[in-house]
Amino acid sequence: MATTRSAPAPRPGDPEITPALVAEHGLSEDEYEKILDVVGRDLTYTELGLFSALWSEHCGYKNSRPLLKTLPTEAPWVLQGPGENAGVIDIGDGQALAFKIESHNHPSAVEPYQGAATGVGGILRDVFTMGARPIAVLDSLRFGSLARPRVRWLMAGVVKGIGDYGNCVGIPNIGGEAWFDDAYEGNPLVNAMAIGIMKREELIRAEASGPGNPILAVGARTGRDGIHGATFASEELSEETEASRPQVQVGDPFTEKLLLEASLELIRSGHIVGIQDMGAAGLASSSTEMAARSGTGVDIDTALVPAREEGMTPYELLLSESQERMLVVAKAGHEEDVKRILRKWELEAAVIGQVTDDGLYRVRENGVVVAELPGAPLVTGCPTYVREGREDPAVTRLRDWQPDAAILAPAARHPKKILLRLLAAPNIASKAWIYRQYDSTVRTNTVTPPGGDAGVLRVRGSRRGIAATVDCNGRYVYLNPRRGAMAAVAEAARNVACVGARPRAITNNLNFGNPLRPEVYHQLKEAVAGMGEACRAFDTPVTGGNVSLYNESPTGAIYPTPVIGMVGVLEDVSRAVGLAFREAGDAVLLLGRNTHELGGSEYLKVVHGLVAGDAPEVDLAHERALQEALIGLAEAGLTRSAHDCSEGGLAVCLAESAIASGLGLDAALTDEVPAAPLLFGEAQGRVILTCAPADVPEVIEAITGHGVPVREIGRVAPRGAPFVLRAGALTLEASVGDLAEVWSGAIPRLMERSDTL
Amino acid sequence: MKQFAIITFPGSNCDYDCYRALRDVAGQEARFVWHRETELGACDAVILPGGFSYGDYLRAGAIARFSPIMPAVLAFARAGGLVLGVCNGFQVLCEAHVLPGALVRNRSLKFQGESVRLRVERTDTAFTNAYEPGQKLELEIAHGQGNYVADEHTLDQLEAEGRVIFRYVDAAGQPTDAGNPNGSLRNIAGIINREGNVLGLMPHPERCVEALLGSTDGKPLFDSLVRSLDGAWQADAAPAGRA
Repeated sequence: MATTRSAPAPRPGDPEITPALVAEHGLSEDEYEKILDVVGRDLTYTELGLFSALWSEHCGYKNSRPLLKTLPTEAPWVLQGPGENAGVIDIGDGQALAFKIESHNHPSAVEPYQGAATGVGGILRDVFTMGARPIAVLDSLRFGSLARPRVRWLMAGVVKGIGDYGNCVGIPNIGGEAWFDDAYEGNPLVNAMAIGIMKREELIRAEASGPGNPILAVGARTGRDGIHGATFASEELSEETEASRPQVQVGDPFTEKLLLEASLELIRSGHIVGIQDMGAAGLASSSTEMAARSGTGVDIDTALVPAREEGMTPYELLLSESQERMLVVAKAGHEEDVKRILRKWELEAAVIGQVTDDGLYRVRENGVVVAELPGAPLVTGCPTYVREGREDPAVTRLRDWQPDAAILAPAARHPKKILLRLLAAPNIASKAWIYRQYDSTVRTNTVTPPGGDAGVLRVRGSRRGIAATVDCNGRYVYLNPRRGAMAAVAEAARNVACVGARPRAITNNLNFGNPLRPEVYHQLKEAVAGMGEACRAFDTPVTGGNVSLYNESPTGAIYPTPVIGMVGVLEDVSRAVGLAFREAGDAVLLLGRNTHELGGSEYLKVVHGLVAGDAPEVDLAHERALQEALIGLAEAGLTRSAHDCSEGGLAVCLAESAIASGLGLDAALTDEVPAAPLLFGEAQGRVILTCAPADVPEVIEAITGHGVPVREIGRVAPRGAPFVLRAGALTLEASVGDLAEVWSGAIPRLMERSDTL
Repeated sequence: MKQFAIITFPGSNCDYDCYRALRDVAGQEARFVWHRETELGACDAVILPGGFSYGDYLRAGAIARFSPIMPAVLAFARAGGLVLGVCNGFQVLCEAHVLPGALVRNRSLKFQGESVRLRVERTDTAFTNAYEPGQKLELEIAHGQGNYVADEHTLDQLEAEGRVIFRYVDAAGQPTDAGNPNGSLRNIAGIINREGNVLGLMPHPERCVEALLGSTDGKPLFDSLVRSLDGAWQADAAPAGRA
């Protein structure tokens, strides 16, 4: 291990290092002791700032790394797994996809517009620094109840922030999800995923290799915004958090667009060896991480960093999270070429230092050394913790809950009323209010815009297409973390397979509470285990992601929410399948098995105000077979429509396909299952598929061949015909227009409410 | 084959889509002209694409009209060259006073990205001759400032001179309030200049040229341009302005 040769002199004006100051920087006494051991002397204030950021949960993954290591990360098509700015997979025809998801929960909780906007900006930069041109954005959102004015303010701001940023840069939003539950009241979740495309050989890694190579700061100037954002993201939200609003960065999508074009031009130019976003912990993390990946050192002078304000200290310049900035390592002698490309895009580039061979992270201010640390411990030395995990006994008891007659009765008595209530529930209702504010068709590749099971894009220069989705039912994960996480991966894969794509890989966003609490650590540990199991069963490795812990507010922890962002590949994009019924007379098939399960369902929540029971069972082998069946039928062109059965159960699934098409339905279920679980239960592994009547025998044979239970339950009815679903003696009949009105109008009606804070 | 010049401002983001529509679907030549250029070079028609030209933090298109390339675009238009402005391009043309009126914030006060219905009001123009008279179209819109406004006199004049080329309509094909996505006065979605060689519209025809992506209703607009440039279609001796 390298040791420092000299102690930098304390910088005039810097505060004295006291235990209180160390604690304020989010470092424990043990951690500070460990740092002193490694460095062999007292730290300067600048150095304390560096360790604080890099050893934060956000950068150092101290509570999650041992768990994340258990996840599968490899497959023949994975070109880049975790550890880089984004994961990369091969999609054939010499092309590759880069993709990643990231959270901006805490910034969005205090400043929804900028918090969400900069979340999109950051994830786009992660993708284009790999050399990929961004082609899609997806968003996964969690809020409290829309009945509350503050929640409406949060959602309006978040959606506008995501929209304004992505729309301006010109990246289509092709899908997402939004969930509403009191558990997210004080701590909303804003996760954004970006996907980019490149030729395989254009893949570039964020490395600072070649001692003597110049390091350049590129893009926007550095200001005082967002200092300690990484540390802020690693704390619980509190009453005082509002005062942290200045820690939220401000986004400028126009500069992002310029930076995107300039970065891609730089990467293709051959003048640079590495490039990385100055994201969380800004210059500090980007420069140290790039050096650590190459085993080199860096020597930078903060006085050379183009600053937005006068008198910024090295501490501030290193830790600022000003947006739309990149760190570039150029080939020696190519500095002017880099600057010329940046000038074309009206951006600045300044040489701020160089790569060294001594493994040290050295920072100067006007030549005077203010920090000199061994680089490797700074980046990889952060201690990791295996915490104690213990399930909350209240949750164990909830799992044992069983529905009684009073719970089941409403479904049998008023099936139509219940269906209408579920369609109006914000978790199920149309999310068009959200995605209409997003440009979903720019770049002219969008085959399936938001609103489908998965977004689909064609891949130019090939017959192929890609599909992507983000999914997680936090309620299931709360009730049964392992099973709930499995269900999240299974649902994502089902969504991707429903459009006809083969699931290929995932990126994950682990949104959890405070891991120091045993019940939260238990959730994290179990969820990661379930996720790993499902990913192994589906051959969809994890290529990267984000961990967001400490999602707590005075009202408690959020539901554990491991959001799965999945990408898949369609061999022939012209065969992509939609969820809308296609033609009257088409046969309606149910794939999978109906069960008595009602636990964690939207029915329980909406009708009885209950979150109880066990999460629905997940049979991974069945899920895999179901995916294969769906992909095969889509590729054969036999599927007319397919739709995943999820929240709200079979009745809602069928209603959504009817609403999307305007066509009616005539179907009957013969299962010996009470109406509540039969119509509204959320048994996993089910899909509603339609096909031409003449193809029924062939389709059923193909599905059965995969070992998947299937039966014909009815026919698509003509436009104007009602939606009729029989279950034994029970008949649920409604006009498709009424269903559509309730489903489309629910969220707009809530958002238009005029009661205020 | 005709040569189209696509003006690229730093914040243009539909330039590539126009390029693809012209090259891959319409089978024409197209190239990008960077906003800092001062000459168009040899070209048969000019496209001002959608996007956020210079960020549009002030007012959509307000700065773009002063960009170095604009004098060349205006000179090309004055000489009778065909100029198509889509979305932000329409906003730039209004800001530059090549077309009358202005595009202000949608009445929803939100960005709207959705499919809308339109009616082709005139088919005797260089931009619409491949459409059927009164044809109903479905095209994508994606804008926050697409609400067309002008004073009554200007609107009356546009109507009298037959210069409203596209109008938002409802499912029944009528220009009702229900069919109006953004509040545009008289449901105006696209207008032409008096000479008939400059068209601006908010919807994106370049996004609707392939069945795979859902609609091909934008393709006839490009076909019309090509027919006009090829001489296969000619305006009546009368100016386009006389209805």
